[in-house]
Amino acid sequence: MKTMLVILLSAMLTDNFVLSKFMGICPFLGVSKKLDSAAGMGIAVTFVMICATLVTYPIHHGILVPNGLEYFDTVVFILVIALFVQLVENFLKKCVPSLYKSLGVYLPLITTNCAVLGVTVLNIDNSYSFVQSIVNALGAGLGFMLALVIFSGVRKKMEYADIPETFKGVPATLIAASIVSVSFMGFSGLFS
Amino acid sequence: MAENKTPLTKELTKGILRENPTLVMLLGMCPTLAVTTQAMNGIGMGLATTFVLLGSNIVISALRKVIPDKVRIPAFIVIIASFVILIGFLLEGFVPSLYDSLGIYLTLITVNCIIFGRAEMFASKNGVVASICDAIGMGLGFTIALFLMGSIREIIGSGKWMGLEIPVLSSNPMLLFIMPAGGFFTLGMIIAAVNKLSNKKPPQELGCKGCPNAEACGKAGDCQ
Repeated sequence: MKTMLVILLSAMLTDNFVLSKFMGICPFLGVSKKLDSAAGMGIAVTFVMICATLVTYPIHHGILVPNGLEYFDTVVFILVIALFVQLVENFLKKCVPSLYKSLGVYLPLITTNCAVLGVTVLNIDNSYSFVQSIVNALGAGLGFMLALVIFSGVRKKMEYADIPETFKGVPATLIAASIVSVSFMGFSGLFS
Repeated sequence: MAENKTPLTKELTKGILRENPTLVMLLGMCPTLAVTTQAMNGIGMGLATTFVLLGSNIVISALRKVIPDKVRIPAFIVIIASFVILIGFLLEGFVPSLYDSLGIYLTLITVNCIIFGRAEMFASKNGVVASICDAIGMGLGFTIALFLMGSIREIIGSGKWMGLEIPVLSSNPMLLFIMPAGGFFTLGMIIAAVNKLSNKKPPQELGCKGCPNAEACGKAGDCQ
């Protein structure tokens, strides 16, 4: 239980996927202007990360390893994730239209998100067990959501700031991200 | 299909300055921020990406009339991922130190939007020779940007540069620059400097052109 908690919290805070591993920078900078879209994106990513881990872990250990094909991980994972996301999207559209309305737009975004591929590959690289992998995916997803939600608040304030002409737009956003990242450095050493 | 008529030298040089994938088009941010704690890693990552870009551009432009439009995204991804596996093997065998320091980011070249973007925007519309020039130019542009980032972060953050000690800085390194926060900061500064030098208005949005997700991002409200 204690290891689970450590995995969860370190994936969320100390090794935050966005702010210390730099995965999923595109949605972090692209979809963080409004709080509701940031939260929606975060929930969708968490969901897909867990689902992706649920599918790719058995494939890696059940099919690829026994046949000595571990190096095919990337190709297989990315195709399986893409297929699975499509499936979930269709399922939601048919069965839970209300959920589809709020999350549906974010789902296709996620197929080629490097954070999702990253978490599945990291689970294998760190040789986590099945349950540990799922906990890690949950932590990574929640960390992603946390970063996006916090950052959307920062950006809202930035809209009213008087920024020098040269820095307006992406440069200012990146520098703001750097300050948010400094605040997450406060968590380092939490588990050592 | 209409072949592109621009001279090949132009295809080669546009990626280095005018359409630099990282600093002007703002693509491929993840590796740019993640591996540039040292100048050497920047070069390694840049060259590995160039290799994958070159391979995928050649194959995709050669097969551009064979791949049906509807399945082009999965087809491109499989082609790109195959080259990533190949470069993974080559680096593991010949440059194991670089393989270790790039780590998971080597695998993540597969989802680098520079490669996908060039496949979608250029290789699937142009001939093989033009695509080779485009890949080399874009790859070099990416490598130069990463090298610049890596140099700045390594010199300020650890007081060294490609194994050389920098006199004053090596005794007082600003560790923050090789930490994640320094990555965001340095990139923001470089993009602002590029804007100032080229007298352009700074980009308001990330480069979403050619990204397979651009349409969905647009629906979600921000990317254009």
